[in-house]
Amino acid sequence: MNEQITSATISARGLCRNFGNHAAVREINLELKRGEVLGFLGPNGAGKTTTMRMLTGNLAPSAGSIEICGIDLLDRPRDAKARIGYLPETPPLYRDLTVDEYLQLAARLHRVGNVNLRSVLNEAKQRCGLNDVGRQLIGSLSKGYQQRVGIAQAIIHNPDVIILDEPTVGLDPNQMREIRTLIRELGAERSVILSTHILPEVESVCDRVQIMHQGRMVFNDSIAGLKQKQINLEEVFAQLTLDNGSSGDIQSS
Amino acid sequence: MIFTIACKELKTLFASPLAWTLLALMQLVLAWIFLWRLDAFLEIQSQLLQIANPPGVTEIIVAPLFAMAAVVLLMATPLLTMRLIAEERRNHTMTFLISAPISMTDIVLGKFIGLIIFFCSVIVLAAVLSLSLLAGGTLDVGLLLSNAAGLLLICACFTSLGLYISCLTAQPAIAAAGTLGALLGLWVVDIAADDADSIMRNFSLLKHYENFNRGMIDTFDLAYFALFILTFLVLAIRRLDGERLRG
Repeated sequence: MNEQITSATISARGLCRNFGNHAAVREINLELKRGEVLGFLGPNGAGKTTTMRMLTGNLAPSAGSIEICGIDLLDRPRDAKARIGYLPETPPLYRDLTVDEYLQLAARLHRVGNVNLRSVLNEAKQRCGLNDVGRQLIGSLSKGYQQRVGIAQAIIHNPDVIILDEPTVGLDPNQMREIRTLIRELGAERSVILSTHILPEVESVCDRVQIMHQGRMVFNDSIAGLKQKQINLEEVFAQLTLDNGSSGDIQSS
Repeated sequence: MIFTIACKELKTLFASPLAWTLLALMQLVLAWIFLWRLDAFLEIQSQLLQIANPPGVTEIIVAPLFAMAAVVLLMATPLLTMRLIAEERRNHTMTFLISAPISMTDIVLGKFIGLIIFFCSVIVLAAVLSLSLLAGGTLDVGLLLSNAAGLLLICACFTSLGLYISCLTAQPAIAAAGTLGALLGLWVVDIAADDADSIMRNFSLLKHYENFNRGMIDTFDLAYFALFILTFLVLAIRRLDGERLRG
């Protein structure tokens, strides 16, 4: 049983999403193991955010299936969602609450029992470096701290899958480094999906990289594999997403 | 889960000055009406003594107070319901709730109950105002309770309608305007339904409230309120669920 859980935390097959006549996501397959950090790349409008919203149950897919730790997200949304932590592009923060109040709310909504509440809260704050700001209003925090609160909210219930949509946007270089370290730490024991536009970030943090373009998955390889073949991620990205025609060649090379 | 969301609603509500301002203003208006009715009562008190079966202090002071409270709440509700969903959408916090392992029903009911608890405090304040009359006489407690129950039910109706309209938009101001319009519409229906056996009469919220105001609790009124609340709550849940499907 335990073996089975470790094998795949997220498995999505044939995921499609249409908005009217426009197909935003077409036939995406995604598989993620425990202890793996997946870099999710693609130009703006490629369908990354749509895919992530589907994986977190914010949007129903037009076709396809999603399983979180073997639990079908569409059939048993509550059980599946309890295992996901999600930080959307804009951190979903209540500016009128203090950091502590907000994180407590997040923990309660994710069914953390009252007994564990204190320890879970302290651990999340510790990890995200929020110990000093627990009593401050979220609205009064700087952008970097708000982003950290967003991450703390996503990891507070100890989820198996963490999905982060551009977590380092708008941060200064030091904060970026801190957050990358945090993501690597988290990735050691859970699965992380990280969407970003910063290619060096992917190379330094992720184990595997997938590139989306016009709603399709056009590239899927491990970072180690890329290094072995001495392929530059930036070149791959440019070739795949600028010129659609040559995509087939690169994938095979 | 429903209770967690209700608590969160109350916390954010009381964190903003809006709730306190509204509570203070409503109390001011109610106190004003209360004093005005009290004055009127003292003036006619001597004449009342000459009537065989005179109306009591509850009928002369408390009932008009609660009738007016319904109107005040009709004006105040849109300001409170507009934030419920529309503001969550505008602040991108709706994702936070939807990503959590709770259903849309939990979200809608939690928000509904949170606001009802707030309105309970308004009603309690109005009731305490009335109870101060005990200092100088006796009250018809049954009539007072019937009034309070009626006010609670009509508040619940206002809230469920406002909650549904808040689901339709991402702009709190539009939600407020829409709710106020709809509620005033139900008010006008009441005026238009003045000729006794018009069918429109049955649709008017305040007509049903009037019975409670007179101390008459009718199952027809109860059923009407229950249906009204249920309808708009179900519509709100369906609307939010549909959004997840349609995007």
